[in-house]
Amino acid sequence: MLSRVSPRRAPQAGGGAPAPFVLARDAALPRPVSNVLEFNAPVHGNWNIVHTGMLVPEAHQVYVCADNCLRGVVLTAAEMGASGRFSSVVIEEGDLLDDNLESVTIEGVSDVIRRLPRRPPVVMVFLVCLHHFVGTDVDYVYDELERRFPDVTFMRCWMDPVMQKTGITPEQRERKAMVDPIQALPEDPRLVSVLSDDLRLPEDSDVFRLLAGAGFEVRQLHDCATWEEYLGLGASTLFLTRSYFGAWGLAKMAARIGRRALYLPPSLGYDAIDAGLAELAGALGIDAPDTAPLRAEADAALDALASRLAGAPVAIDYLAVNHPLELARTLLEHGFDVRRVYVDAVGAEERASLGWLAAHAPELELWSTIHPMLRQIPRDGGDRWLAVGPKAAWFLGTDRFVNAIETDGQWGYAAILHLADLMRDAWERPKDPRGLVPRKGLGTPCACQLPL
Amino acid sequence: MRQAYTILPVYTGDVSGVCSALFELGGMVVIHDPSGCNSTYNTHDEVRWYDQDSLVFISGLTDVDAIMGDDEKLVRDVVEAVRQTRPRFVALVNSPIPYQVGCDFAAIAREVEAATGTPTHYLATNGMHDYVRGAGIAFAALADLAVTEPDARTGERDPLPAAASARGALPAVNVLGMTPLDFAATGSRDSVARFVREAGLSLGAVWAEGSTLDELAASASAALNLVVSATGLAAARRLRERFGTPFVVGLPTRGFSGELARAMRASIADGRCRNACLDYRRAAAAGAGGPGAGGTPDVALVGEPVQMGSLAASLAAAGVASRVVSPLEDTAGLVDEGLGDEAVWGEEEVARALSGAGTVVGDPFFSLVCAGARLVRMPHFALSGRQWLHEVPNLMEVDLATELAGGKPQDGTTLDRPSEGEGHES
Repeated sequence: MLSRVSPRRAPQAGGGAPAPFVLARDAALPRPVSNVLEFNAPVHGNWNIVHTGMLVPEAHQVYVCADNCLRGVVLTAAEMGASGRFSSVVIEEGDLLDDNLESVTIEGVSDVIRRLPRRPPVVMVFLVCLHHFVGTDVDYVYDELERRFPDVTFMRCWMDPVMQKTGITPEQRERKAMVDPIQALPEDPRLVSVLSDDLRLPEDSDVFRLLAGAGFEVRQLHDCATWEEYLGLGASTLFLTRSYFGAWGLAKMAARIGRRALYLPPSLGYDAIDAGLAELAGALGIDAPDTAPLRAEADAALDALASRLAGAPVAIDYLAVNHPLELARTLLEHGFDVRRVYVDAVGAEERASLGWLAAHAPELELWSTIHPMLRQIPRDGGDRWLAVGPKAAWFLGTDRFVNAIETDGQWGYAAILHLADLMRDAWERPKDPRGLVPRKGLGTPCACQLPL
Repeated sequence: MRQAYTILPVYTGDVSGVCSALFELGGMVVIHDPSGCNSTYNTHDEVRWYDQDSLVFISGLTDVDAIMGDDEKLVRDVVEAVRQTRPRFVALVNSPIPYQVGCDFAAIAREVEAATGTPTHYLATNGMHDYVRGAGIAFAALADLAVTEPDARTGERDPLPAAASARGALPAVNVLGMTPLDFAATGSRDSVARFVREAGLSLGAVWAEGSTLDELAASASAALNLVVSATGLAAARRLRERFGTPFVVGLPTRGFSGELARAMRASIADGRCRNACLDYRRAAAAGAGGPGAGGTPDVALVGEPVQMGSLAASLAAAGVASRVVSPLEDTAGLVDEGLGDEAVWGEEEVARALSGAGTVVGDPFFSLVCAGARLVRMPHFALSGRQWLHEVPNLMEVDLATELAGGKPQDGTTLDRPSEGEGHES
């Protein structure tokens, strides 16, 4: 039960005040609910730039930023048990007066590297919003660091959320920086690499099975134990990512070394899955699979689950799956009572699904997850709901929820079958959202102790 | 380099300090920031977020807004949020980018207040200081702006002991500087309240846990302010300036609470301010042959200076010499170099200050910079966040002298590490 601190309850949605949700038929693009002040729910299973960066083998992360900005990332690393791979340089007011932050950045990063017990082969340096605003000569900074430490590869990363909504995001920059050191090696025509994703691609995913079935070797970032192994991915004939944030940098890297890159978003609509598989097959010159049996299997699983749920209301959030609107459509087409989707922005990949929903499920509610009114809206009415995603679970106050992010790493019809399994399990085995959803970086170690 | 941290985390920042101080008072805190401050605060710096509906938001500042100086958007968004959520006040909080571009928060505050009728104030953080600064700014602002003249409420301030006794009333004591950042252990507030009652006094407002804004506003009617962490010191000084209320610095730790109670009664009687823990430690050192007579104390207590100073006083009461190492800002007057204490800044200085100590009392993170020392684990939420939250002790119940005398030595070189997959279920 939410304990009230504020003196009065917020007005209910409607009544002239901008509401934290809109109906599908009224949704604007790209933000169904317009941005005002932003609330942040205590749901943190998503990965941040620290989690993603830790995938680079033997890398050491250094953040150059103000105290308050450091706190979240340094404790992310600590909760992962990775404090030994994380350092920081604190920017103070005086640094803004000395120069354009070049000195504190160069000297701070240098001092950290010198004091580390072991010289890392690669250092991910994260500059921040302030570096943009004071006009730091970034090339000079890295030229000097590379001169001082010729045995270290520096990845030019950013933690600059001021660019989050209007430019290349920190997540995109980091993923580009992670693949920038990859150089062309003699091409292995049977080697395909999966890069720039947070979660490992499962062997039973449609993509993996197609590749393995055609005799390709699949190497993933997650499988690289050393920096040398990671650089060995430069022999790949094709680079794959399922990450929207990864696609930009991966395409640039592949173009630079004369290879191909493919972005295969984890679609949850049958036709989109087939299109992705066909694109992959075309890129490798192999036959696209016959997906009719997979469609039938997915249909059977979804129909059975819909029957099991017997009309229980369903909510989906954008953390759980990359394409929440597509999932809503697929579930609605199989008889589920999908009533809410928690989504703050609708990307180009989801616009067709939103169009379908506006026409076929016009009363579907699209909820913001950051609107200020959400802080005060009661969260104790969700007993009968099934939530696909931790944010939906928290907002609804239900203990029947799928605690997953990023489609749980799955892809294709395998993803649909996997989600159906997770949903059935969530419905049959309630769990404690308080003990789960505030944990950071689902799938990573997280040694935090939550408030009782 | 002082600003380089190879492995230690930084303390909670000033922005989160403001949020924590104001959390329960029914206001709205707006952090003018692109992203991250709100998530950091509610993940690592706030234990109440899941269950209490305090209004803490970010503005979602973009590069274009900052470059073009579009303060109208901030005004518009705050006004709209005020109308939707009806806070009792609004606090505007700065972060590095608005600080760097010189955003005129005073004007923005005036515009918001004019449009909404809700008291709106700017709290001058910039994201570059620790929580002591931030919470201190917030509490000082409350002392300046929210606390009303005694005459405006009851017609008189709380009576001194003699008059109170004649009337059967007990002098009231406000507790300043109590937030979960320093007091995350369940029962801490109750322990302080019990101590106040057992000292023959009554509890006034607790700044700011478990007290309402109205109760804080009536703080001028108290006879004394008890400062239990450095975050409360600036407010205590402001209340002294405005109303003449004396304050005493100290936490009622075991073996020291009696002395603290005596100091409080003395200050109520003579109107003087006291740092009870420093006074007691100085007296103990003088009794042992004078400060530094035994050389540098082997026991170093590292952390928030009022807490560690009070624990040091407890040790002094047990005949154990110790010194305080404070890595926090705004601790002037809370440590005494004559006692071997140090105010330090940055990882290297912390390591230097702890070198040579046989025993270190403090957050487990400090084990990373005091290899070879015996560490007495005392997790501090403002440093290690929720990593060892359940181990954060109620400092009023800690028997440190006994633990030092016979407690099990702790590993001073390693931290608890999560095992693969620990803490997650699907």
